[in-house]
Amino acid sequence: MGLIGSLYRSSVGKKSIMAASGLLLSLFLLTHMLGNSVSFLGRNAFNTYAERLHSLGVLVYIFEIGLLTLFLIHIITGIILYLENLQARPARYSVNTSEGGRSWGSRTMPYTGVIILIFIIVHLMNFHFTDKSVPVADLVRELLSSPSLAFFYIFSLVALALHLSHGFWSLFQSIGFNHEKYNPLLMKGALVFSILMGTVFILIPVLTLVSRSFLL
Amino acid sequence: MSKIELTLKIWRQAKSDAPGRLQTYASGPISTDMSFLEMLDVLNERLTREGEEPVAFDHDCREGICGMCGAVVNGHPHGPEKETTLCQLHMRHFKDGDTLVIEPFRAKAYKIEKDLVVDRSSLDKMIISGGFVSVNTGGAPDANGIPIPQKNAEEAMDAAACIGCGACVAACPNASAMLFVAAKVSHLALLPQGQPEQARRALDMVREMDALGFGNCSNERECEAACPKGISIRNIARLNREFLKAAIFSDED
Repeated sequence: MGLIGSLYRSSVGKKSIMAASGLLLSLFLLTHMLGNSVSFLGRNAFNTYAERLHSLGVLVYIFEIGLLTLFLIHIITGIILYLENLQARPARYSVNTSEGGRSWGSRTMPYTGVIILIFIIVHLMNFHFTDKSVPVADLVRELLSSPSLAFFYIFSLVALALHLSHGFWSLFQSIGFNHEKYNPLLMKGALVFSILMGTVFILIPVLTLVSRSFLL
Repeated sequence: MSKIELTLKIWRQAKSDAPGRLQTYASGPISTDMSFLEMLDVLNERLTREGEEPVAFDHDCREGICGMCGAVVNGHPHGPEKETTLCQLHMRHFKDGDTLVIEPFRAKAYKIEKDLVVDRSSLDKMIISGGFVSVNTGGAPDANGIPIPQKNAEEAMDAAACIGCGACVAACPNASAMLFVAAKVSHLALLPQGQPEQARRALDMVREMDALGFGNCSNERECEAACPKGISIRNIARLNREFLKAAIFSDED
């Protein structure tokens, strides 16, 4: 506990915890995105993928507990950092402008974070705490053919992409990785990563809404 | 020599614990060859003649190297010009009829003394906590006695360009002092002379920074863009690296 405790007592330590949990959550998103893209291969492939995944048994539970821990660490540390940062400037400026350093992603981090949290809760209610005997392809079609839910998914996933566009670069800076040779690549990479993630995830509600044959 | 006239909205605050407010003044004719501080001098001469309290502001060398001056102009610390201190900002960058809102640097760790004068001794406290090297007394060592790679010397020099004006804190949405601390930690970590205190320095300076009430860095990159000396946030990554290396691997605590 000594090291974790001392990291939590310092600003740089908390940022490194934010970065490490963010990196692991990004890796989870990557696997989730690869899994989701199986849906483009058709109904049977997608259902088979889901069944195989569920048949891993106890491994699934271990993974879920790890993921839940990571999310809690990321959320709680994020809230602590947000509150500390609010207190660091009690009197605001009359004129607020950017020097040009901030991006859409960076300035909305806490807000996109809240949207993602709400989305995760809804998403888990929809697909996790539900009747598992229904094939996943049917579940997707049934839920996301409702335009209001589909638009909520699309909106939240845009927020996720925005969150990643800053977070996936920022995490390297926070753990001290900023190198002349690789930094431009990292910044572009974060943008490409977030656009790729957003596009693949958003395609599922969009295809369900517009295509009559998707997952059927 | 052309002249412009401006509307100035300046933060007036009698003392630290008094409430402050923006007060509007007409600048009168201002030469475009003047610096920003000379424009304030002109205003203050008039205010003095009219029996009003002049606007208090910090300044010293007026050459852009001492780090004493600084105010937030229309939301930009040291004004809108890149890599320029307030004293080196010239009035030719403004247009006739412009309105300028002039506020002090704001952060929990900065105390407003009066009007635009801000107590930034919190920056000194962070330097005292670790921004030094130990040297032996006795005869002066030979110049270039210790070999230092040219690139390291250049990067250390770039970090040492920090004049300690504290605009990075003023620009940061979180009022974080990371760029200031990073510049000092980088400057000394890059050189052999800084090695004996390397781990201790990173830990102590970050601890002092947190204790003084500065915010956390969220990599918004506003500090780098506002810095009158163009200090790069690569130094912040180096500070993060130095801190984590010290916290995880050294036996210091």
